[in-house]
Amino acid sequence: MKPEKSGSNSSQSGSVKKLVTGIPGFDLICEGGLPEGRTTLLSGTAGSAKTVFAAQFLAEGIQKSEQSGVFITFEESPEDIRRNMLGFGWDIAEWEKQKRWAFVDASTRVDVETVVSGEYDLGALLARIEHAIHTIKAKRVAIDSLGAIFNQLPNPSLVRSELFRTASALRRMNVTALMTAERLQEFGEIARYGVEEFVADNVIILRNCLDEERRRRTVEILKFRGTNHQKGEYPFTVSPGAGVIVLPLSAIELKQKSSDVRATSGNIELDKMCGGGFFRDSIILVSGATGTGKTLITTQFVAGAAEAGERCLLFAFEESREQLFRNAHGWGHDFGKMERDGHLKVICEYPEVLGLEDHLIRIKACIEEFQPNRVAIDSLSALERVSTDKWFREFVISITSHIKHKEITGLFTATAASLLGGSSVTESHISTITDSIILLRYIEMLGEIRRGVTVLKMRGSAHEKSIREIIIDHQGMHIGAPFRDVIGILSGSPTHVSSSELDRIGGLFAEDELKK
Amino acid sequence: MTHRLTLYITGRALSSQRAVENLRRIMDQRSAGPYEISIVDVLEHPEEAETHCILATPTLIRESPPPARRIVGDLSDTDKVLVGLGLNSVNSAAMTKASQ
Repeated sequence: MKPEKSGSNSSQSGSVKKLVTGIPGFDLICEGGLPEGRTTLLSGTAGSAKTVFAAQFLAEGIQKSEQSGVFITFEESPEDIRRNMLGFGWDIAEWEKQKRWAFVDASTRVDVETVVSGEYDLGALLARIEHAIHTIKAKRVAIDSLGAIFNQLPNPSLVRSELFRTASALRRMNVTALMTAERLQEFGEIARYGVEEFVADNVIILRNCLDEERRRRTVEILKFRGTNHQKGEYPFTVSPGAGVIVLPLSAIELKQKSSDVRATSGNIELDKMCGGGFFRDSIILVSGATGTGKTLITTQFVAGAAEAGERCLLFAFEESREQLFRNAHGWGHDFGKMERDGHLKVICEYPEVLGLEDHLIRIKACIEEFQPNRVAIDSLSALERVSTDKWFREFVISITSHIKHKEITGLFTATAASLLGGSSVTESHISTITDSIILLRYIEMLGEIRRGVTVLKMRGSAHEKSIREIIIDHQGMHIGAPFRDVIGILSGSPTHVSSSELDRIGGLFAEDELKK
Repeated sequence: MTHRLTLYITGRALSSQRAVENLRRIMDQRSAGPYEISIVDVLEHPEEAETHCILATPTLIRESPPPARRIVGDLSDTDKVLVGLGLNSVNSAAMTKASQ
């Protein structure tokens, strides 16, 4: 026997080998793929993307592992499947010509009247399946879907025993099979007709639930007999041109490299506060109420990249392109020129246009395409609007891990809910994930609103601990003197504790006077 | 009109052998006109089964006269076979009328 190249993986899971499916993200939660040479039941309600998943199992085998596949259809006709899957970029007709894909058409034929007289079995179907597998030397088989065959033939117990025979024949031929089956409820029996009895070794469930008025697709591996898998539900999305993409959020490993190389924030004073700049592969969270200067810090971060000859990708979810460019221009930065020079790419979108899963995939795709040194997202809080808390947290983990993995500097902004002090929900989700946190705050003093900045956290480096005043003018942001003798800024109720009012004011603005 | 019938079977399976016997007996006794029977063993010719989308064996297909009809099973229920093939007296009379 020839040794397998990339198709199998028998690493940690003992005797059960696994077949790498190639479905993005799915192999991670399978811990290596589907159990090789076995049949796995894929169960889901109507519209849970079972057919796409099954077809993709074959398509990825053809494209990524040079493994051909047989698609047994009980429901849709081969013509329908060919046409529907073309939208995902899978040219099944072409693969059929190349003998890498074969259909076994067991779909219901409405044109022929059928009468039953006496005993029968599904020997013809089995012969056709074996024939198709041998003809194209298939390693993968998809069967879609079991419910339909129960509708075609009137004797369920016969169909069950025949399917059992089919499953053991598939096992004998050492093909890895995915069988789809309907279920009536998202949470309940595994599948209709009791089909799980004969493929109970491996069960995967696809769900399409309404979660706070939004559709959310998830995949859960219920069991793999004799081998490991990740537990729980993982979100996935079906995107045009790519098909199923599973987002194995919590399965992501913490194994990013870290570097000592510093990247400038685009503001010399801020760099100083951070002990010399941001670390190159770190994630920086800029948090503050609206108008405290988050977009300005983002703009400087972008400009800093351009000046250093780096590339920056900016996702703006709150302002239009024109607004962003005008703002940047007002602070002395020409985004248009940066884009023309290839240092910048700005992507403006309303968060509502896509679901969070699709945003995530889009962001990753843009990173893949532009290959930036830096990524800025202004703001994360806007994305929070289109999602539930749990999913948003997973999204942030996923995007953070992706960016760090690529050794990209990431800067996210988060909008605090209250103007003075307080924290934002975003922070509570991600403050432990980010490496640095920069806090922007309004400070009310003597009837005036001032703005303050502080570096709350800077992983792996010393940083300045004081809260300093920021002044915003046509040249951008200037960081002034620390607010000395003031307490309670973070809690939103600053009070001064000075010995004398004059000393305090003098001390507060001494550095500013020097500059002028 | 000649009845053209194709019977799909799986090798020496008992139900398949019974279907062959039952079909011969029924056609001998009840057929009014000439008939042709082809027997296809799907184990030897799976591509035939593929072309005609045969799922179950035995399956009898009436190719002509149209419309095509399928009878699944070992053909032990003679009445159903006769109805399926349009050979029972009422049906055949009706069909003769219709064809005139």
